[in-house]
Order: sequence, then structure tokens, then C-alpha cells
Amino acid sequence: MKRMGILALLLWVCVLFYVGIGLFLGGFLLVRVEVNRSSSCADVLLQGEGPEGGFCPGEPRFRRAVVLIIDALKFEFAQYDHTNPVPRPFQNKLGVLSELAASRPAHARLSLFRADPPTTTMQRIKGFTTGSLPTFVDVGNNFASSAILEDNLIHQLDQNGKRVVFMGDDTWENLFPKRFHRSLPFPSFNVKDLHTVDNGILRHLYPTMEGNDWDVLIAHFLGVDHCGHRYGPDHPAMAEKLTQMDQVIRAVIGRLQNDTLLVVMGDHGMTDTGDHGGESEKETDAALFLYSPSQLFSPTQAEPEVVPQTDLVPTLALLLGIPIPYSNIGQVIAPLFPQAPPAGGSTHQLSQAQALWINAKQVNRFLETYSQAAKDLPPESLAQLRGEFLRVSQEYHALLGNPPSAPGHTEPPPGMQEVVLSLQRYLSNVRETCRTSWARFHPLKMAAGVAVLLATCLLCYAISELAGTLAQGGRNPLWTPAVLGTAAGGSLTVWQLLFWSRVELLWVLCGAALVSQLAFFWKAYGMNKMEKPKKSKAGPRCRPLGLPDLSAPLCVLFLRCASLFSDSYVVAEGQVATFLLCTLGIYVPLRLNWDGQLLPLGTDAQKPSPLFLAPQPSPSASPSSVRRETLTLLGCVALLVASLYFSLSFHGCREEQGNCEPSPFLAPLSREQDSQLRNLRYLLSVASLVAWVYLVRSWLRHYGNLNCPSPAVFTARWLLPLAAICVGLYWAVSSTPEESFRNLQDVIRLSLLVLPRAVYALLGAGVAVVCLNPLTVFLKTRQASASSLVPPRYRASTSVSPQAELHHLIPQIYQRMRKSLEEEAAIAGQEEDRRPAVEAYGLGTVYSAPLFLVSVLLGLGLAMLHPEGMMLSFLLLLLEAGAILHMHSAATTLSSARGFADSFMVPWTPVLMWALAATQFFHSTGHLPTFPSIQWNSAFVGFNHSDSGTLLPGLLVSANTFSAHILFAVSCPLLLFWPLVCEPQAGRRGRMAGDSEEDEDAVMEMRLRESPDRFSAALLQLGVRYLLVHGAQLLASVCAAAILRRHLMVWKVFAPKFMFEAFGFLMTSVFVLLGLALVLRVDKAVSSWFKRLLPEHSR
Amino acid sequence: MKDIEVKGMISAHAIIAAAVLLATLLPVLLVQGFSVYGTHLLWLYSVCGAVASVNITIYWLLGVSPPSKKNTLSSKLNKAFLSCLYFVLSCLLFHAVVVLYGAPLLESALETFSFAVLLSTLTTLRCLCLLGPNVQAWIRVFSRDGAMSVWDTSLQITTACSVIGAWLGAFPIPLDWDRPWQVWPISCTLSATIGFLTGLVLAPVWIHWHRKQLTYKSK
Repeated sequence: MKRMGILALLLWVCVLFYVGIGLFLGGFLLVRVEVNRSSSCADVLLQGEGPEGGFCPGEPRFRRAVVLIIDALKFEFAQYDHTNPVPRPFQNKLGVLSELAASRPAHARLSLFRADPPTTTMQRIKGFTTGSLPTFVDVGNNFASSAILEDNLIHQLDQNGKRVVFMGDDTWENLFPKRFHRSLPFPSFNVKDLHTVDNGILRHLYPTMEGNDWDVLIAHFLGVDHCGHRYGPDHPAMAEKLTQMDQVIRAVIGRLQNDTLLVVMGDHGMTDTGDHGGESEKETDAALFLYSPSQLFSPTQAEPEVVPQTDLVPTLALLLGIPIPYSNIGQVIAPLFPQAPPAGGSTHQLSQAQALWINAKQVNRFLETYSQAAKDLPPESLAQLRGEFLRVSQEYHALLGNPPSAPGHTEPPPGMQEVVLSLQRYLSNVRETCRTSWARFHPLKMAAGVAVLLATCLLCYAISELAGTLAQGGRNPLWTPAVLGTAAGGSLTVWQLLFWSRVELLWVLCGAALVSQLAFFWKAYGMNKMEKPKKSKAGPRCRPLGLPDLSAPLCVLFLRCASLFSDSYVVAEGQVATFLLCTLGIYVPLRLNWDGQLLPLGTDAQKPSPLFLAPQPSPSASPSSVRRETLTLLGCVALLVASLYFSLSFHGCREEQGNCEPSPFLAPLSREQDSQLRNLRYLLSVASLVAWVYLVRSWLRHYGNLNCPSPAVFTARWLLPLAAICVGLYWAVSSTPEESFRNLQDVIRLSLLVLPRAVYALLGAGVAVVCLNPLTVFLKTRQASASSLVPPRYRASTSVSPQAELHHLIPQIYQRMRKSLEEEAAIAGQEEDRRPAVEAYGLGTVYSAPLFLVSVLLGLGLAMLHPEGMMLSFLLLLLEAGAILHMHSAATTLSSARGFADSFMVPWTPVLMWALAATQFFHSTGHLPTFPSIQWNSAFVGFNHSDSGTLLPGLLVSANTFSAHILFAVSCPLLLFWPLVCEPQAGRRGRMAGDSEEDEDAVMEMRLRESPDRFSAALLQLGVRYLLVHGAQLLASVCAAAILRRHLMVWKVFAPKFMFEAFGFLMTSVFVLLGLALVLRVDKAVSSWFKRLLPEHSR
Repeated sequence: MKDIEVKGMISAHAIIAAAVLLATLLPVLLVQGFSVYGTHLLWLYSVCGAVASVNITIYWLLGVSPPSKKNTLSSKLNKAFLSCLYFVLSCLLFHAVVVLYGAPLLESALETFSFAVLLSTLTTLRCLCLLGPNVQAWIRVFSRDGAMSVWDTSLQITTACSVIGAWLGAFPIPLDWDRPWQVWPISCTLSATIGFLTGLVLAPVWIHWHRKQLTYKSK
């Protein structure tokens, strides 16, 4: 099979996984059907009633309204506690609310305003303007706030001739384009900017209020929210911000007129770290404050303890005399309406029962329309609700069917209270029904998704077992499955068109995927049958190695997958991954000891045992080299375990984890108030940055990859340190407190943009250069003496520096390479004596060097997207990856010393460790599989996004979130190269011990070129195994979400976990493909390099 | 393989298991306010003490430990001193490993160390009794073909069972069941002990099962 065939096969596997994910998502996250109809004053709400029973029976109670939305105004912020002598920065700052509510209870009231999750700003704006409940899938739209199509308050206000003036958060402008009479949007996206929006509003708010060209004024302040994101609630900046808001509210109240209603509200709360998005009480509990200079509440009524956010919609609509939006399912806030139509005054004021009745009619109409448009509301509960509505309407008509004849009649009729209660009960029931059923699932699609994923996992296993055969086969094994799959997809499309007359893409893909999988399995079965006789001839050695070698990693993988089914383990996932990785790390030496490979063959151990049937121990099996490898192995285990332990201190905290302190390194440096500590932390970050660059460069230098003048080497030599310097400077600039350098603010602002962009450019240029010309081999031609055909291997002394040893080592590699090439080309070697010898530095690591370089460049860029302190974690990542690689190579050397595993196949244990390390560092870079913990700040590294699209910020945030997945996926092929890279040491020691042999030359990665078939088989196997390990975890989280879909924690734990796992798999698969593509690119470059070289020197 | 060796091993295992049970039951009768969860450390020390004393006595009486070349008092003393040193070292090593596995570093250091002592008693002490302070021999025993007697096989099995038991004991800790035994290190100590007891039962069964394949070569 050609090299491209491997990529195609892997790509096909990835696409199968994507189809599975897509199918499952389609069944798991149902989107609510939006009803695109709007209410109007002329609507007849109930058959038999005229339009006078509709939305606009009379004069509105208020002509104008001022709505002040203070983003993230938590209920706690609005309360005032006189007894608290030392208030925290966020306490007792909004005195005006409680003051008014206490002194003028008929005019003002403060209540708890409960938001529906997800508590992100756009969802909330949607919620309290349309009055409907959001579904889970809307969350992702936060970046792309597209216009609201459903009927909403703003639309109604606009329709009914109210002039809406808006100022503040520009999300509104995107949600309601061209709906406002006047609109003053300000950029909302930059979380670090506390003042632009608020100051912009304050410049215009008071003049607008004093002017007369408005009916409804909406002002959306963002300062409090941004302050929470940037500093957390417990910071002096929050006190400042809340005090400012207090003054704003006071000033607005002073300018209110009698016909005006004031609404002050928060759209959601915030956690103790200032974030939001989830459904904890801290995030959902906002404050709602209603005030009017004229009487608003009837004083006798008990206030509702909690007002759901949707309830604001019908209330505001009826108070302002506009129709309730069509899809609203909120209920009017009863205390705002008098129990009976007031005596005297206008008879047009709605009483409680009337308001609720209009509300109920509207909700009933919506339910009727909705149940026709979509079938997701269960029919039995719909019938129940319909019955309830009929009953309530009879009660209402019996009591109030005829408008009271005597206007002076003030006492509410005796049955009034019951009617009000049953109307309220009806509305609550509707809300509850909708809530439960809008999280309904599509079991068939979910099952199909699980089936596709499961089959793909099995397929991966089959490919990994058959990799050798697949890579040898002449024709690409993908042809039959691809053709059959396309045919199946096509016929499904036709069938759907014939019978359903519409095409559902997901089912087509599902059919195509399943058919192509079946075709492949059938083919693989045939291959396996052909293979079996060969295997049995090859000897019994192959069989017994298969199963026991698999069992321990399999057990760990099983535990890992099983842990995804329990919410406690998902909550503690970071620790679980660390624990399992630690176990695997300790397992490796124990296992080797159990197999008797850890210690040099003593005289006692050399007895013939069934396992030591290996031909004869290779020279590297000498006791000294085995001892050396053993020490390396144990040292690496220690390094691995130590870095695992330290990486635990970089974890963030989930809200479910009670007594957990998030890592101090997670907070950006600018939050640190103690300047000495800040400097210390900065130095620590810079030191680890320097260590990161230094380690990389010293590795490259050690293997002779820093010698030639090629662009890739230029990248390693200059671009990498330069980028690192830029990163360091960027951290310095971004952590300077704003106050300290007032006169340099412009410079700071500029460098905040320029420095990260410079890093992006440098890293991009570096990666591009390495991809274009990946060779890091330095050629040095010299006239060799006749005896240099077999050059002196080594100087006898052991004190030669590594560089000097390589100096002699590399020419040999080239000699050997050339010899084999010449044999291929059948060039007679008559002129051997006069041939010039060539020194080729860095040929032994020709594959791994560019790959390593690219991963390191990527790592640097990803580290910049994180808070400064996370650089330490990235350094640990480098060390841990190195430890795993060295452990793997030492284990390979030790077991190959006894004659096992002489192929390039990477066993399961290191692959599993590599994948677990990706999960572990996902947590150790401060990430968690929950939406509130996404580090949104990373979208602003180098960009200001006031107007740019959603693609770039999305990319930055996902790169930040899945940086561990990306790094480990790209560098995955290193697992294949590392044992070869580390090989010469073993060979050398063996030779020093005296038993040198001609064919034990250290050829390092040139071995791969000697047997291209086995090379591609190993690449394919490695890629498929890595995908399988991640795919198994994905499958487990999918199954967990499917099985536990009625679990209490599904939306809090399992669904987000599944989404993160799916997205992580997406990133992993893409970057595995990219890494393998880079390897293939290097391979091609090496081939052409040899072709160029051969005629030059051999003729 | 001599039958008498197997019988000796079975009875030794029975006595050790009985000692563990007694060490749990006797204090319940004798000490006031004793319970496995409540006064966990006390239980732990009583089990450690019982296992240690019974092991030392049995293997000393049976004379399983390798004969030393020099049978002088000084060599014996030397050996005893080395054994104690190894035991302490193994406690420290286990402590370090347990901390690296995620146990709290400072908070409950005493509990963690007691757990390490228990693990050492269940594993290292038996190694010391059977093999003497000879690390080479230990490494040999824990390889596939390293067992040279029934005792070695039983040592392999009980040690592996205790360690695996301790490892499994960490699993229930993160669960939100709020049971008293989920507190660190109770679940680990309990399951290490249970693993040890299982190993004591399993070893004779396993040897009986594989008696055909087991052919020990003496050195």
C-alpha cells in the first residue's frame, strides 16, 4: 500500500467516528422547534371571544419603562445587611435597592430572579425577551448571536409604535437588528475591558431620559460581569463597579416620571470565581428590582419568593399594553396587578385574574400551535393540560364571565382567589411540561450512533492487528468499502426521496458508514483466514505474546472507560487519569521484572525456559547495557511519577467538588495584588519557558540536528528562542497593573496586540518552513583514505563527549545507507576505494527532529494562550512526555535484547499512557469538562474582536481548551521513533563490552527506510491504536450519556463530558492525521535527498 | 514438591488468617469503644502486630528462611539489624508511593504512614521472613520463573493480592456515598487486609490447581 493509502485509511476511520458522533448528537441534543408566529392586538385568543378578550383591552398602565440590565447582578450583590460591619468588596454596595424596598413597599420591591440554565448572556437575553426556555444546543451560539426569529418583546414594542432606545452590550444589536428606534451598542467581547460599555451608556443615558423621544429605554451594563471574569467578585474593582451602579440607579430614579416603570435586573449570577454558564444556584440567582413613582404593588399581598426569569415577559407586556409574545410560557407576576379592578380610576386596569386569564389563553394558543408543528410534547400531558385549561376557563367564566356591571364594586368576588390560584397552577404546569420534554431524546438515532462508534472501535482493533498485511497488500483495501458505502448512501437517498420525499443526511451517512464497515470486516475476515496458515508456520512465538501482553493495559483502559459512567469519577477525572497513569508507569518495570528482562542474565537465570527460545541474545544484552537500560527505565518511572504528582497542583475546581481550592497558577498574573509575589511568579514562568526552549535545543544539538544551514535548523536556532522571548515580554506586559503606567497605556495596549501576533507569525513561519523543508541533516564531504570504507568505529576512550561520538557515528549510518541503496540500484562497486566518504550529521533523527520541532513550536503557542503560571505545567508536560518515551524505548530495548518484539510495532502500554497523559494534562492545564470552566480569555490573546467573526475566537478557545490533546496527538509518531533514536547507546555499550558485530551498526531511524513496508505498517498501527484508545473513551462517554440520560446529573456532568470528549476526539484525530502527514512528508524529502546525493558522490 | 511443605504452608496460612481475625475480634471484647471505623488506627496496629508476631514466630519455628553460611551471633545480629532497616525503608517507600498516588501530603500523614506500615507488614515482612534481607532474592522471586519453592509461590500470590487490594481500595474514595469507610485510609487498609486474606486462601488453591506444572528446581 502506498503511503497516501495509510492516510486515506485513517481518514476513513476518523470520518466513521464523526458520523457516529453526529448521529448520537442528533438524537441526544434535540433542538426546540421555533414557532415563527407573532401575536398582535387583533388576535382572537379563544373562539367565541371577540378581540376585546385579547391582549389590548384598554389603556396600558405604564406609558414608559426604563430597563436597566446589570450583567451578572447576583442576588447577593443587591442585598444590604446593616449588621455586617466589614463587608466584602461585593457586599453592601447597592444600598439603594433595599433602601427603597423597605421605605416604599408599595412602590419598590426586590426579589430573587431565577434564570434558566444555561446562564450565558445571549441565552438569557433570548429568555427574557421571548419568554421561552432555551434548549441545551443553543449554548454554542454564544459567539454567533444571530437575530431572534421568534416573537419577542422588542418586536412587539416596535410593532405597537413604542420607541425603543437601546444602549450597551452589542449582543442586543445582533439579536434584534433594526428593531430599535435608536441604538447605541458598545463592544462587549473584550472581557478585560471593564469600562467602555458602562461609560458609553452613562454618556447617553441621562440626556436620553431627559429628552422625549423614547418610550422604552434599555441599558445593558457589562462592567460587573467583566469585573467578575477578570478579577472575581472578591476584588476592590468589584466594589468600585457596584458603587458606580448604585449611583446610576439613584440618578435614574431621580429622573423618573409618574408614568414610568423602572426595572433593574441581572441576567444571571456568578460563581465565586466570577464565571457563569452553568446551573448552580450561584449562577442562576440574579436580582430583580421593580420600582415606579406611582403605586405599583398592592401592599397586602405576599411577595413571591422567587420570580422565574421568563415571567418578566408577560408582565412587562401587559403593563405596557402590548401583546404577549407568541411563544411565551412565563406567567405574569401577580402582585403587580391589583386583586380587583380599583375603584374610581380607570376601569381599564387589569386585575390579577384578568391578566392571568389573558396569559393562560396565550399559553394555550401557543401549546396548540406548537403541538401541531412538532411532536415532541408527549400527547398524554398535552391532553391533560388541555383538560385543565377547559376547567380553568369554565371557572373563570362562571365567576367573571360578564364584566362587573357596577364599576364601583371593589370587593373581589368570593371565588376569585381560587380562580387565580388555578390559573397560576395551570401556567406552572405548562412550564414544567415544556421543560421536561424539551430535553427529550431520539433513541433510534442515539442507538445508531452508538452502533457506528462501537463498530468503528472494533474496526480500529482489526486494522491494528492486520496492519502488517494491510500495508503489504498491493491494492488499497479501502476501495471496496468506499464503493459499497457510497452505493449504500446513494440508494438510501433515493429511497428516502421516493418514500419520504425528503432526505435526512444523518441516516444516509449512517447507512453508508455501516455498509462500508461491514465490507471492511468481510475483507478483513478473508485476510485473517489467509494470514492464519502463515502465522502458524512462523512459529508459536507469535501467539502467546498476544494476549498476556494486552491484559494489563486493557484492564486500565477498561477502568478508565468504566469511570466515565459514574458522576463522581467524572468529577474527579483528573485524579483518575493520574492514578491510572501512575499505575501503568509502575506496571512497566514490574512486568519486565516478571518476565525476567529487567536484570542482566545472571548465571542462574540462563536456564532454558519456554520463553527464552529466542534465537540468541543480541550483543546489547550484555549485563552492563541491561543494567544501564534498567537504570534509565527506573529513572524515567521516577520522573514520570514525580511529574504526575506535581501536575496535580495545576487542577481547577468543579463546583461539585466541595472543599477544593483552584490552583493559584490558574489566575492570571494581573489578578495578583501583591507585587512581590507577582514578580516571583513571573520569574517562575519565564524560567520554565527558558527551560522548555533549552531542553529542546539541547536535544536537537545532541543528535546533531543543529548543524546545517537549512531553514528548519534556522527555525530551531532562532525562531524558537525569538518566539519565546516574545511570549515572555507579552506576559510581562499583560500582567502590569493598569494604574502603574498611566502614561504608557498606549504602548501597553499596542504591545498587547503586537507581541502575541508576532509569536503567531513566528510560530506559523516556523511550522511552514519545517513542513516545506523538513531535513535537518548536515552533509560534510571529505576525501577519505582507502581504509575509511569501514571507518574506525569509536575511539577507545570513554571520555569522548557525545558530540564527538556522534561525529563518528553518523558517517557510518550514511555508509550503510549508501551501501544498501547501491545494492538496490545495482551499481557495481568497483571504485570503492576512491569514493569520498560523506558525513551526514543528524541523519539518525531525521524523522523525529522535525516532528519534535513542530510539536514544540505548537506547544509554545498553546502555552501563550494559557495563564502565565501554566507554563510550569507545560514544562512538566515536556518532561513527562520525555519520560514516557524513554520508558518505552528502554522497555523495547530490554525486551528486544532477549529477542522479542523486533519489529517496529508500538505495544499498547505506551500508546495508552500517551492517551491518558493527554487527558491528564487537559486537567493539569486548568481545564475541566464543564462549560463555565472554558478559558474565554484566550480568545483575546493578540486580538480585540470587536467586530471580527466567530471563527478566530472559536479556534483560539478550542486550541486553548484542547492543547494537551493537540500536543500529544501531533507528537504521537515519536512513540515509533524513540526506541530507534535511543538505540545507538545500547549498541555502543554492547560493543564496548567487547562483542561487536558487523551488523549491529547504529543506524537509528535509517532502519525505517530499510524496510518501508514495516514502516508504513507500524505507522498505520500506531495511528489506529491511538485513535482506538481515544475512541474507546469517546464510546464510553457516549454510552454514559445515553444510558444515564434521566440521571440527575446528566446536564451537569455527563452531557458536558460527552461534548468535551467528542470535541477532544475531533481535535485529536485531526492532529494525529497532521502528525502522520508530516512524517510522510519527511519520508518523501529524505527519499529525494538520497536520490540527489547518490549520483553526486558515487559517480 | 513435597506434600509436607504444602501442608505446612496451609497451616501457616490458616494461623496467620486466624491471627488477623483475632486481632480484629479480641479488642472488640477487651477494649472499650473499639470499632474498626471509629478507632481505625488502633485496629490497624493490632492487625500489624498480630501478623508480624505470628509470621516471625511461624517462620522461625518452621525454619523456612534460608540457612545462613555463618551461624555466629554477630551475623545473626547483623541480619536482624538489616531486616529492621529494610522494614523501615520499605515503610518509607510505601509512604512515598502512596503519596504519589494521590494521598494527602501533610494533612493525614500519620494515617498514611500507618497504612504504609500495614502494607510493609503484609508484604515486606513476609519477604524478610522467607528470604532474609537479600534484595537479589526478592527480585528473583517476583519474576515468572523465579519461585523455587511452595513458599516462594505463596509469597508471590499473597504479596500481589495485598498490593492489588490496596490499589483497589482507592477506588471507592471519590464516590459520593458518604459511608464511614470511604474516609482515607480506611478503604485502602481494609481492602489491603482483605486482599491479603484472599491471597492466603488463594495460594494453596492455586498451588493445588497447578501442582502438575509446578516443578521447583533447587539452586
